[in-house]
Amino acid sequence: MRPARAILIWAVAGAAVAVPLALAALSPLLAWRSPVYIAAGFAGIVALGLLLFQPLAIGGFLPGLSPARRRRLHRFVGVALVAALVVHVAGLWITSPPDVVDALLFRSPTPFSAWGVIAMWAVFASAGLAALRRPLRIPPRWWRAGHLSLAVVIVAGVVAHALLIEGTMESVSKIALCGLVVAATVKLLVDRSKRRVTGRRAE
Amino acid sequence: MSSSLIDRRALLAAGGAALATGATGLLVPARARASGVAPTPSMRGGSNNYRPGAPIVERIGGGGFWMTGTVRRVGDGAPLAGQRIQVWAHTTEGYERDPESHGATLTDENGVFRLEMPQIVPAFGQAHGHLAYDSGDFQTVFLRPVMASSSDTSLEAHFVLQPA
Repeated sequence: MRPARAILIWAVAGAAVAVPLALAALSPLLAWRSPVYIAAGFAGIVALGLLLFQPLAIGGFLPGLSPARRRRLHRFVGVALVAALVVHVAGLWITSPPDVVDALLFRSPTPFSAWGVIAMWAVFASAGLAALRRPLRIPPRWWRAGHLSLAVVIVAGVVAHALLIEGTMESVSKIALCGLVVAATVKLLVDRSKRRVTGRRAE
Repeated sequence: MSSSLIDRRALLAAGGAALATGATGLLVPARARASGVAPTPSMRGGSNNYRPGAPIVERIGGGGFWMTGTVRRVGDGAPLAGQRIQVWAHTTEGYERDPESHGATLTDENGVFRLEMPQIVPAFGQAHGHLAYDSGDFQTVFLRPVMASSSDTSLEAHFVLQPA
């Protein structure tokens, strides 16, 4: 790959996460929120940004990374994603416990809450499956099917959750980031299914 | 000539009668519906951050935003005067759970209430308000109306109450 193209890919991926964060930091809504609520909101935006790097890392779409480094990055980002998610939910819980309890029990009046909670459980399941893969010697085929299915649920849930919310994120940068997350995930799935068709060993 | 006048008068009379019948025909079902005014159910999440016994206030905080609505009786839909409605929201001046974000007002003789409060801002993903009827004469109802746009400066909610 030409260096110019490699730089462009990294720049676009970085900007797709940095620009929404910067624009959210300018949101007028922040003036009427406590530090805990603000931290909870930003943890959600960070989690959405981290989610973009999951298919990019493991799909080999980021230039200059060896397969071993891609996997390490994917694992590191996965752990960070779980941490951001915990901060997101805990911060919202501190801010308004009844709203979070309603969301967790799927009786919230806002549809995006249910999508968020579905995605949350899928993230925990996905991370748990990754942690237990070796101790339980989960067969590779089951592992791939399980982890990829959960990944699809996570991406669909997170994107629906983010798009339906009126919060601190600026609309255009939010839609762009969500679009990239979906595009990267679809590309990964297409690549994987092609690999299976051609009979090459899946990563 | 005269016969044509009569004809015209007959025509007008018949037309008037037809119009009257039509109007009555339209009115009767409307009144039948009104006599069956259904009670307002509580909305999901309506009671979140509710504080029993919020005081009756002139306005909540500095004002600038209007929460309005009506309170009527189940069945005939008659307006209910002197009913206490509690209002709270996440506004430019405080959180839903803050005591100073809560206030109550009474309906007038037409069953209408209006309470000025600070501007509601989006919280937990939606710009929304909370209202409660909680005085005990009728069954308790919690509402959670959502603003069509977060730049709106008013929001309305309507109660149809049933006896406790």
